[in-house]
Amino acid sequence: MSIVNVLYKTVLKRPSRFFVVVAVTSLFFERTVDIGIESLYDRINRGKQWKDISSKYE
Amino acid sequence: MTSSTFSFFKAASRWSKNHKFFLTSFGVLAGGGSSIIYALEQSIHASNDAAHVAKQKWNHNGWFDTLDHASVRRGWEVYKNVCAACHSVEYLAYRELVGVCLTENEAKAEAAEQMIEDGPDETGAMFKRPGKLSDLIPKPYPNEEAARYANNGAYPPDLTYITQARIDGENYIFSLLTGYMDPPAGVVLAENQHFNPYFPGGAIGMAQALYDEIIEYEDGTPATQSQCAKDVVTFLKWCAEPEHDTRKLFAMKAFTILGVLNLVVWYLHRHYWSVMKTRKIFQSPKSLFKK
Ligand code: HEC
Repeated sequence: MSIVNVLYKTVLKRPSRFFVVVAVTSLFFERTVDIGIESLYDRINRGKQWKDISSKYE
Repeated sequence: MTSSTFSFFKAASRWSKNHKFFLTSFGVLAGGGSSIIYALEQSIHASNDAAHVAKQKWNHNGWFDTLDHASVRRGWEVYKNVCAACHSVEYLAYRELVGVCLTENEAKAEAAEQMIEDGPDETGAMFKRPGKLSDLIPKPYPNEEAARYANNGAYPPDLTYITQARIDGENYIFSLLTGYMDPPAGVVLAENQHFNPYFPGGAIGMAQALYDEIIEYEDGTPATQSQCAKDVVTFLKWCAEPEHDTRKLFAMKAFTILGVLNLVVWYLHRHYWSVMKTRKIFQSPKSLFKK
């Protein structure tokens, strides 16, 4: 049984399950993307943003 | 299976006349339109007698690069101490500097140094009070006439959105500020005009504003002319695009999410076409596109 079949049987076949899975994965997907991208962005721009230098002036 | 049996995919041969006509005109219009825009844009450059500006390596140039906020902070110092004598940034409020190049207390203190007109009070008179965070940065002149009168008829434009208001904004302003020179032989300047090859026409009403050591930076950076110009331009860039950093962060997020969605679309594409691509018998529906 391919992975797609498993996916179909367990998730997609019943709309009730499907909607629950959509809601839960979007929650985690969004948090992962947000946290991941933000930390990557802060790494690319290390030392340039205000939050990196503000401690010198407070 | 030869390609001719695959005639289902030669869709265009079955389109109606109107359909073809519509698509052809659309193509011609789109292509022609873009060529005209391209040609017009070129002639703007060609008709300009100003020197071409050098492209600087701004460290906010990359797709995902934020502004250098230490530079924005120094740029605000330059603006405040030099440019503010003639130029306003009238759409900018003190509160907007908080968290960008000043702490809240610094911004409050700087605002409080300015006397702002407020009122009317209960007698109907206007009065002056120390500035607050919500106040706009005070203008050097009350109106355009006063500004022109003080500058021999030349109007120092508002700088809030200036990097957006000039072609190649940041590079142009940097070149302009650092590009002053003696007029070449044969160029006659009116009184109170200065020669700058980057300014269209060459004769500009603004005297050279930046010199080495014209101010002293509080963070100890050597205040050379080009350093001051770089910093003030970075500040003006932020001024014109305060959403700059957030925009680039969102671009990164958007590309990531679109990348994931792309995978889904790619899979769906394979899925739908698998039926078509694996079948052995083909029909050729003559009436699909044509009445
Ligand atoms: C002594 C007053 C004065 C000071 C100080 C001054 N400017 Fe100007 N500036 C002017 C005047 C006047 C003009 C209009 C020039 C003209 O139209 O001929 C001008 C024009 C400009 C322009 C527009 C040029 C264009 O393409 O139309 C820019 C950009 C500019 N100034 C930036 C600055 C910056 C940045 C500073 C601070 C480093 C500064 N100026 C300091 C008087 C001043």
